[in-house]
Amino acid sequence: MYAQMVKSTGEGVKSPEDMTAEERAFQERIDAGEKIEPKDWMPAGYRKTLIRQIGQHAHSEIVGQLPEGNWITRAPTLERKAILLAKVQDEAGHGLYLYCAAETLGVSRDELTEDLLSGKMKYSSIFNYPTLTWADMGAVGWLVDGAAIMNQVPLQRTSFGPYARAMVRICKEESFHQRQGYDIMMKMANGTPAQKRMAQDALNRFWYPSLMMFGPSDQDSVHSAQSMAWKIKMNTNDELRQKFVDQTVPQAEYLGLTVPDETLAWNDDKGGYDFAEPDWSEFFDVIKGNGPCNVERLAARNKAWDDGKWVRDGLLAHAEKRAAAKVAAE
Amino acid sequence: MAADPFFEFLCRMGDNTLVLGHRVSEWCGTAPVLEEDIALANTALDLIGQTQMWLGLAGEVEGKGRSADDLAMLRDAWDFRNVLLTEQPNGDFGQTMMRQFLFDAWHVAMLDALTRSTDPRVAEIAAKAVKEASYHVERSGDTVIGLGDGTDESHRRMQAALDLLWPYVGELFVPDSVDDAMAEAGIAPDLTDLRAAYDDHLAKVMATATLTIPDSAFAHKGGKSGFRHSEHLGHMLTEMQWLQRAYPGATW
Repeated sequence: MYAQMVKSTGEGVKSPEDMTAEERAFQERIDAGEKIEPKDWMPAGYRKTLIRQIGQHAHSEIVGQLPEGNWITRAPTLERKAILLAKVQDEAGHGLYLYCAAETLGVSRDELTEDLLSGKMKYSSIFNYPTLTWADMGAVGWLVDGAAIMNQVPLQRTSFGPYARAMVRICKEESFHQRQGYDIMMKMANGTPAQKRMAQDALNRFWYPSLMMFGPSDQDSVHSAQSMAWKIKMNTNDELRQKFVDQTVPQAEYLGLTVPDETLAWNDDKGGYDFAEPDWSEFFDVIKGNGPCNVERLAARNKAWDDGKWVRDGLLAHAEKRAAAKVAAE
Repeated sequence: MAADPFFEFLCRMGDNTLVLGHRVSEWCGTAPVLEEDIALANTALDLIGQTQMWLGLAGEVEGKGRSADDLAMLRDAWDFRNVLLTEQPNGDFGQTMMRQFLFDAWHVAMLDALTRSTDPRVAEIAAKAVKEASYHVERSGDTVIGLGDGTDESHRRMQAALDLLWPYVGELFVPDSVDDAMAEAGIAPDLTDLRAAYDDHLAKVMATATLTIPDSAFAHKGGKSGFRHSEHLGHMLTEMQWLQRAYPGATW
């Protein structure tokens, strides 16, 4: 998943005694592992939180095309170009499923798009970092998609039916992307000295931003507590970050690359690695719009939307003409 | 005239799809609507896939050990054999889709004829590619119609795109010695035989799109012979070939 710091009701989880009968019945369905479908009754806060989360995830898929699109025209071989095109096409497809899932909650794709373009809604902080060498295509697949998968796999069991089903499809494709990314890293790490340097440089730049993808620690967050009670969120940010580090460090070792964290050490007691936290002030800067590429990314999306207006208007006008002609003929 | 017309012909097929596929891929993430992002990526992907087959066979036929990637990434502009139409810049979305339709309508007719090639390898590639091209031409034709017969602005832009690109259509159909040799060997059709059906197809689509085909038979040439490409191709290659040129001998 590419959603960070999604706000919920902000009021914390209600006790069963404080719930209305409807709310209690709803919570019982969720506790029993049932799926909530669009036409079912749901608390307003559940609906709102889901729209924020699914919307942010969809936006991330859309903006996420840009850092990779930056290298499609410079891909080094025909096969790499084809794989990258297929990947970006998948991402646009993920955006589409997710907007459709959000639409079942009563918000249109155009409304969500406008909130993205105005800066009111966010997308994942990771896509505000630049892709500077071909190795970044490897690092994005390996680390960024790897981090996304950590979140998305449990979300296949999330309580909202359309979201869970979208996630099943998305996960299959994401794990393929991650393997492709790792494959690029393998080629680079075992390549010429210049390629090795690119691979290490990509890891150096993407390691901490990847750790930030999970969001700051949320063990005391009332928003997260409510989302977890509703099974919109399945694990804490720290749990997922730990899992990601534990999975990724041996992969880096296998590549012969060095994780840019001098404090990194295996901890026998917890059965996982101890590692340094990312610089959270940088994270909050990026969230506020001060990441290296925030301005370019939003400008690119706004330009695409503005430049495309005549196309959307034209196709709509044509569809209306055809519909009118059909009615006239009947 | 080149030493081996079969090699030249295969480069023409592969360079058309390579150069157009590259152009289409330049749209990544910036299409007017999400469905178009998906469709453009899909079209580019098909074209790059076809490139791998055509240039792969070209390298085999040449017999000098050059792979499809070697041909794509290590030839300079004068050795490219794509028609000028495919290297024209994207312009606005309408110009991109007009270029696509003008090419697709030829491509699908050409590939269909190539399925009956006397060379089984050519027939096999064509059989696979024609399915993709049939889908491309349906989609690009529908878009030309939708935008031509849309709003005043979309109509104006599509007419401008047609006027701009029309002089690049003729090169697809004017045979030279390579085409003649291919037709004689039964490897490829006589290009002039494809023109009448193409004109019919275009007339139908443009009429529905309320667009006027320019009353001119003038045709730019120099792309498929490699004699004189446009200035645009060199810039495209600069970008496309950069990694292979900057880090020679590396594997990716």
